[in-house]
Amino acid sequence: MWRPFFEQYHLIIVQDGDPSKKIRVPDGFDYQLYNRNDVNRILGPKASCISFKDSACRCFGYLVSKKKYIFTIDDDCFVAKDPSGKEINALEQHIKNLLTPSTTHFFNTLYDPYREGADFVRGYPFSLREGAPTAVSHGLWLNIPDYDAPTQLVKPLERNTRYVDAVMTVPKGTLFPMCGMNLAFDRELIGPAMYFGLMGDGQPIGRYDDMWAGWCMKVICDHLGLGVKTGLPYIWHSKASSPFVNLKKEYKGIFWQEKAIPFFQSVSLPKECSSVEKCYLALAGEVKSKLGEVDPYFIKLADAMVTWIEAWNMVNSPGEKPAMTSLPNATSKK
Amino acid sequence: KLFIDTGKDEVFSLIQALNIRVTLTPVLPTRALRSDLTIFMNEWRPMFSRFHVIIVKDPDLKEELKIPEGFNLDVYGKPDIDQVVGSSTSILFSGYSCRYFGYLVSRKKYIISVDDDCLPARDPKGFLVDAVAQHISNLTNPATPFFFNTLYDPYAEGADFVRGYPFSLRGGVKCALSCGLWLNLADHDAPTQALKARQRNSRYVDAVMTVPARSLIPISGINIAFEREAVGPALVPALKLAGEGKCRWETMEDIWSGLCVKIVCDHLGLGVKTGLPYIWRTDRGDPIASLKKEWEGVKLMEDVIPFFQSVRLPREATTVEECIIEVANAVKERLGSMDPVFARAAKAMLDWVKLWQSVGSSS
Repeated sequence: MWRPFFEQYHLIIVQDGDPSKKIRVPDGFDYQLYNRNDVNRILGPKASCISFKDSACRCFGYLVSKKKYIFTIDDDCFVAKDPSGKEINALEQHIKNLLTPSTTHFFNTLYDPYREGADFVRGYPFSLREGAPTAVSHGLWLNIPDYDAPTQLVKPLERNTRYVDAVMTVPKGTLFPMCGMNLAFDRELIGPAMYFGLMGDGQPIGRYDDMWAGWCMKVICDHLGLGVKTGLPYIWHSKASSPFVNLKKEYKGIFWQEKAIPFFQSVSLPKECSSVEKCYLALAGEVKSKLGEVDPYFIKLADAMVTWIEAWNMVNSPGEKPAMTSLPNATSKK
Repeated sequence: KLFIDTGKDEVFSLIQALNIRVTLTPVLPTRALRSDLTIFMNEWRPMFSRFHVIIVKDPDLKEELKIPEGFNLDVYGKPDIDQVVGSSTSILFSGYSCRYFGYLVSRKKYIISVDDDCLPARDPKGFLVDAVAQHISNLTNPATPFFFNTLYDPYAEGADFVRGYPFSLRGGVKCALSCGLWLNLADHDAPTQALKARQRNSRYVDAVMTVPARSLIPISGINIAFEREAVGPALVPALKLAGEGKCRWETMEDIWSGLCVKIVCDHLGLGVKTGLPYIWRTDRGDPIASLKKEWEGVKLMEDVIPFFQSVRLPREATTVEECIIEVANAVKERLGSMDPVFARAAKAMLDWVKLWQSVGSSS
């Protein structure tokens, strides 16, 4: 279904779970498929930071990609239609969002001023109208909304039918829950911050991978003067996962987020942190010292954050050794 | 719903006898370009007729106002303003700022203020938007300024808080101010409107959202509502441009006022919402003619915004009046020497607080 929109782009598929299972990819796509064996081969011991049996494993794809822009989407998300019935080209909207500036310092009441038919409102200082470079574009979902398990249990029938025709910048200093179902970002600007954490098998928590990445990412974007947009495009989210299964995965997160949010709201990064990697390592240190008291999981997570940056630098450094070259398991070129 | 469109005394006394409490006051400034409010009032009749309406006449407007029958209203003109506040402070209430007099004398809990070149809008389905009802809904549902909800207003029908939203923040805080938007002629400044002379806002964004804490926003006075008891004194008629004119893009008083309100709300833990309702703003004025005047307001914003972004209110300021006094003092101290308009604004803010305490709070 996504073929008309994806065909022209390079796909990276990260296969979670049992590597011996064969994934069938239809013909005509230019893709690379990585399974757990590839992850282990490419990262060696550093593969420990990549989650197993959780959608968090997708960040391996971000690590090995060589492209400037990354679009990630869940496999139960399909093309949505706008109110006029036209199919929405989500990729195109994400690219538009990323290519136009964000307005981080002052909220524009007419939302994205760079959209056709919109502009800055009266009172918006001209010196702030250049905006900031956009690092992340956060799309939304029609049909099944991204609720947590308790809300799903209470409102099993609720469907998101409201098409809000707006893109807006999340203001500087404001945190938000970043959902990984329909997300795009500029890998060159913010890539190393998009680590989706330790989730799933062997971990005490799941379904917080994108949340964790989003809080880390936003703190770093605020520090470096980068922008984050949310709103369009919409995709159609077709499948609601079992709220009972979700509750078991999330339940620790529901308590831990009460501590994590104040932490992220108050953390400050040293002025010398001028790159994403430096910011991320500083943040990992803060996580270890401040959230380590909440649960030993955070100490493990902080270590994994450091491993991630090491893995990122290893795979993406210019003097890459041949043995470490990221040869995928299966490639198919058109 | 109670629909009053009658001049009959019997109906009014019945309403009084049944003690049907109305808590709303639409407050309308009138513009010097228009003394005939017939079309305006008739178009808004379905939404306004059951409320108490206050019309404040721009003191510069010489003609008599033409107002159709069937409204429960009070009209205030220059003589009334002078009598209530004295002719030395009545200067605060000229031009678009005459509406603040309405805020001062109203005794209702909620106030809705709409510019007189605005009519009810229609939503994409063609239904007339009840801006009053939407503003009230915004004000009576909590705001969520401490964490951004990506599905916008979680209290709207068919929506909720998303995954990752801390439960301890889901109670929200009181919403003190509701900022609506405009279809057709959006609230752009003169340079933008002149550049895009034919651009009209046709995008109906079906969302209400809370403006996050510590984020500032340009609050247009064209279509707002607020809880008078919660933040009344913070809406200050203070920034009067030297060249302030009779078109909206020749003013900045509402932008200044809105920044004060936001600072106070952030300090006191109150919320501000933006988005729905839309009103339809009719075409008027010539932005190019406005451009010939000095771009005073536009230039001032370059200093105003950084100032407000850096204002810190002390913990001891626990009431709205105390907060406004602190802001006024900061304005005098840090902006006063930059431009006389700021020194005047600081004084106006202090005068306003005094007025509010003497006139605004008596029952």
